[in-house]
Amino acid sequence: MSVLVFVEGFNGEIKKSSLEAATYGYQVAQQLGTSATAVAIGEVHEEALAKLGEQGISKVLYDADSRLNNFVADAYVKVIAKAAQQENAKVLVFSNSNIGAAVGAKLAVRLNGSLATNVTTLPKTDGGFIVTRSVFSGKAFAEVNLTSDVKIIAVKKNALEIANAGSGPATVEKFSADLTDADFAAAPKETIMQDTSGGVLLTEAEIVVSGGRGLKGPENWHLVEDLAKALGAATACSKPVADLDWRPHHEHVGQTGIAVSPNLYIAIGISGAIQHLAGVNSSKVIVVINKDPEAPFFKAADYGIVGDAFDVVPKLIEAARGLDK
Amino acid sequence: MKILVCISNVPDTTSKINFTGDNKSFDKNGVQFVINPWDEYALTRAIELKEAKGGTVTVLNVGEADAEPNIRKALAIGADDAIRVNADPKDAFFVAQQIAAIAKQNNYDMILMGKESIDYNGSQVHNMVGEMLGIPSIVPASKLDLIDDSTARLEREIEGGKEVVEVKLPFVASAQQPMSEPRIPNMRGIMTARTKPLQVVEPVAGETKADYVSFSKPEKKGGVKMIDAENAGELITLLRNEAKVL
Ligand SMILES: Cc1cc2nc3c(=O)[nH]c(=O)nc-3n(C[C@H](O)[C@H](O)[C@H](O)COP(=O)(O)OP(=O)(O)OC[C@H]3O[C@@H](n4cnc5c(N)ncnc54)[C@H](O)[C@@H]3O)c2cc1C
Ligand SMILES: Cc1cc2nc3c(=O)[nH]c(=O)nc-3n(C[C@H](O)[C@H](O)[C@H](O)COP(=O)(O)OP(=O)(O)OC[C@H]3O[C@@H](n4cnc5c(N)ncnc54)[C@H](O)[C@@H]3O)c2cc1C
Repeated sequence: MSVLVFVEGFNGEIKKSSLEAATYGYQVAQQLGTSATAVAIGEVHEEALAKLGEQGISKVLYDADSRLNNFVADAYVKVIAKAAQQENAKVLVFSNSNIGAAVGAKLAVRLNGSLATNVTTLPKTDGGFIVTRSVFSGKAFAEVNLTSDVKIIAVKKNALEIANAGSGPATVEKFSADLTDADFAAAPKETIMQDTSGGVLLTEAEIVVSGGRGLKGPENWHLVEDLAKALGAATACSKPVADLDWRPHHEHVGQTGIAVSPNLYIAIGISGAIQHLAGVNSSKVIVVINKDPEAPFFKAADYGIVGDAFDVVPKLIEAARGLDK
Repeated sequence: MKILVCISNVPDTTSKINFTGDNKSFDKNGVQFVINPWDEYALTRAIELKEAKGGTVTVLNVGEADAEPNIRKALAIGADDAIRVNADPKDAFFVAQQIAAIAKQNNYDMILMGKESIDYNGSQVHNMVGEMLGIPSIVPASKLDLIDDSTARLEREIEGGKEVVEVKLPFVASAQQPMSEPRIPNMRGIMTARTKPLQVVEPVAGETKADYVSFSKPEKKGGVKMIDAENAGELITLLRNEAKVL
């Protein structure tokens, strides 16, 4: 038996969240006295795959079929299921991305496995296989025992540190499954990528700078963007800001938007409604800038500045630009 | 067009989350339950499609009798009839099996769900149902239109962008903003909802695969450190030297 980790690429490199999944997979393998293999699909540089050795991955099965450069759920499931079978994998590890969660759920049906998404801890394996998941939109944790023979885990982003296991490069083996036209029935006709300013994906970002209605209008968003740029951060916004079309919907975080869990979340002119907090409350450090000292967001913050964003943010940009990298 | 919309019955976002019985179960005391917010996007889009093309919208919940007020609310918003599978829905796989069983009996043209249930945040029932039925599942979808009677065009959110997908009916899709603008039931809707059919059926044999052992709450934050607006730049220094996040 072994542990299989699915790693996702972005612009040919491996996503940070997948390096976290690889770390998790290796650590579970250590617990179970076995090895961790990775499977990668689509456009990923082979050097990046070999480098997974640093996270403790010994072998990577790589399906470079160019039809799979975009996510095609049924085809991905087939490839990963075949890899799981070949490696006799009893634990499958994903990152809790749209792709990871989707493929994990389908594999749970196909392999008759137990699935836990949003996982934040390594398993306790004395008397079961118990992992902790984040539930109630970050307001609680639950311990769940995965009772099937095959366990499928989607690791919450930024929940554990990428560890360097220090072994040599992983061997990369070509791999493929027999895909048929039916596997491509729901393949995308077209993919429209956003301009991910400076290549920082919101869901992968370590730092997020977010703006709310307090910024008054889209013409003032240079404040958010310049601070984000100076810090190497991604940008986000509150729901009304997206509803007003000041910013695109894919930037909207919260209960009905994207959930993020960066190391640092900076909220500018956002009141901190509970629905907003639901999407950001797992951030490690929260900074709130608001002119109203009574704004509820301060209760959830680690650092706060009471002041006018139009005075405060330019000072932050200046200080951030002055940091040595 | 026959559309099935699956709704979960969840604590309102503003609820205080507490646990009872040695932290083994969720404390429903004083908690207001609502239709899962994401499912409202699915429901309103289904009603819009019905209004444009004709057909029926059926609401399905796997849950106990205490979910009925919210099932009635979905009927008041504009669904035609409802099914409640009378079971304690403690596991996503089990819930998916129940939904798949209902779907097999009824030949729906599409099965719409929410992106995620905001209580257990599994984000898995939709893909499981698609896989169990052997039909595509488009998760999460921010747009859904019919091209003709047998094909739909959806936009699927991916990290860093979106994809346009065209699929043959039937399929499963899960809704997220901005698929539709949720509606508030009006007086007439509330009146007619009382007499719309709500069928209660017993569950088919199913399996649970994840047992919830116990719950806990995150540690409280240490309190907020305030920085004077005049010296705002000091924040950046603290973030680097104290919080160590820069
Ligand atoms: C079912 C449901 C789901 C929802 N989902 C979400 C969600 O996913 N995400 C989300 O964000 N919201 C969501 N909401 C909306 C949420 O309740 C709030 O209305 C919203 O978050 C408020 O956005 P805001 O903080 O930008 O605006 P406001 O509440 O208007 O707050 C603006 C803030 O800016 C401050 N301000 C004003 N001027 C300045 C200045 N010059 N300098 C500094 N500060 C200033 C004000 O003091 C105020 O605190 C949802 C609501 C419902 C009912
Ligand atoms: C310990 C525990 C206690 C629970 N207690 C209750 C309870 O008291 N009352 C209660 O009603 N439920 C209860 N549930 C069920 C829960 O609300 C979910 O229905 C179920 O756990 C699936 O959650 P998920 O996060 O995996 O769903 P997801 O996969 O995130 O849900 C995706 C979509 O699937 C559909 N869906 C999910 N669940 C259902 C459902 N039950 N019926 C119809 N469609 C659904 C919705 O469209 C939803 O948007 C409990 C679950 C657990 C684990």
